[in-house]
Amino acid sequence: MSDVILEIDGLDSFYGDFQALFGVSMQINKGEIIAVIGANGAGKSTLMRSVTGLLTNKPEMVRFGGTSIGGLRADQIAAMGIAMVPEGRQLFPSLSVEENLIVGGQSGRSGDWSLDGVYELFPVLAERRNQASTSLSGGQQQMVAIGRALMSNPDLLLFDEISLGLAPIIIKSIYEALPGVIGTGMSAIVVEQDITRAMDISDRVYCLQEGRVSLEGKSDAVSRDDISKAYFGV
Amino acid sequence: MDWVNAVIQGILLGGLYALFAAGLSLIFGVMRLVNIAHGDLIVLAAFLGLTVTTTLGINPLLSIAIVAPFMGLLGYGLQRLVLNRTLGDDILPPLLVTFGLSVIIQNGLLELYSADPQKMSAGAIETASVGLPGGLNIGVLPMLMFATAVVVIGVLQWIFYRSAWGRAFRATSDNQDIAQLMGLNKSHVFGLAMALALVVVAIAGIFLGVRTSFDPSAGPGRLIFGFEAVIIGGLGNLWGTLVGGIILGVCQNIGAQINPGWQLLAGHIAFLVILAIRPRGLFPRIDG
Repeated sequence: MSDVILEIDGLDSFYGDFQALFGVSMQINKGEIIAVIGANGAGKSTLMRSVTGLLTNKPEMVRFGGTSIGGLRADQIAAMGIAMVPEGRQLFPSLSVEENLIVGGQSGRSGDWSLDGVYELFPVLAERRNQASTSLSGGQQQMVAIGRALMSNPDLLLFDEISLGLAPIIIKSIYEALPGVIGTGMSAIVVEQDITRAMDISDRVYCLQEGRVSLEGKSDAVSRDDISKAYFGV
Repeated sequence: MDWVNAVIQGILLGGLYALFAAGLSLIFGVMRLVNIAHGDLIVLAAFLGLTVTTTLGINPLLSIAIVAPFMGLLGYGLQRLVLNRTLGDDILPPLLVTFGLSVIIQNGLLELYSADPQKMSAGAIETASVGLPGGLNIGVLPMLMFATAVVVIGVLQWIFYRSAWGRAFRATSDNQDIAQLMGLNKSHVFGLAMALALVVVAIAGIFLGVRTSFDPSAGPGRLIFGFEAVIIGGLGNLWGTLVGGIILGVCQNIGAQINPGWQLLAGHIAFLVILAIRPRGLFPRIDG
């Protein structure tokens, strides 16, 4: 088997006294795309926050490229090569499109992605580089959010609910662009409510239910029935 | 002619008030921190200027070159070691801690320098003036202070909207979590913002000490002027802060022209009237 880039080992995550994840374990291999599915409140976003360092945990619960990162700050983890396209895009409203992208590259990691590369991937952003990021349509804002994550040349890229609140045609074009994004040797975790999309794009899938992994398997091997069971717990 | 003179002097005084306010505005804009010790830090800078001036025997205006970097380092350290720990969802801890800081600075200065009012002398420039038609005389020093205020605010504006630091300030101000995800360490970004604010405080403090006498308890008064200038101009708008300072200065001088006892009162009344009519100030930043 290929090298493991991210290993989550018995992760328990808490918001104050509230426990959101119970002993979650996952491995993501180099170059692999993983889908994480699950109902609202199953712990998907908590998982993302734990991997990126917005929630801190016991150091050894999250390992990235062999280093324990569970206890590090988000900016330290970003510098090591994990980037996220956050749920709801969350662009910086006071910054222009180009400034949003530049801030994404702030950690100074070198690699294939640069402003020019992002503008080539999403030409419409080049036309609007000096506009306020809030003046863009939802789909264009999502492109900025993806470009901003790419600017750090991550080894692992997390997509948190990128289809949320977008028109179906926009979702389609965003997903069509994704292979070109991830195909450059990156690994990715795609968190998605839209199960069909998630299964189509990923190599393997994990389903979360009430903070626990309820299903794990190859995306083309798990059946609809298995997913329904794992998703709803029936 | 006295009235015209009062207005012109008021405008020039407004520059100093804008310097008091700029750091306050910057800090609030970047990290939503209301720094109650801001006025005391201005007075601290004035005392440091006094020490540097008397020790080295130089013009107080030149002491800015030493006091400003020192205050900048102090600001960075203060933010990293103390103030960052108070920031969070609750707005009360930073208010309480900076209030405590204010008490500590005042009493520390009282212990070191005594309660005697002090004044720095900048030499001939203090009394130099330029004559205008109509028998008006404008002091060179007030003009220098006003010009400095304009330059300082212009530079802050440039840093905020055109530089990498400013990008980090704005991104962190917009969304601390996401900024952290982009590799910006917010503790460091906040430290830089406080450093920048205290460099401006140093300039304001030295000018204060040259223009008028000061003592360890002078801080809270300067804080009020700073707050008023910021609120009149609109939160988060640096040029608005300059206008706010000018309005405050002009109103104070017109009040003094009517009756010398009304100087401070006139400024406060103008502030309250503007607050009542435009609660967000004259030029609020447009944001969502």
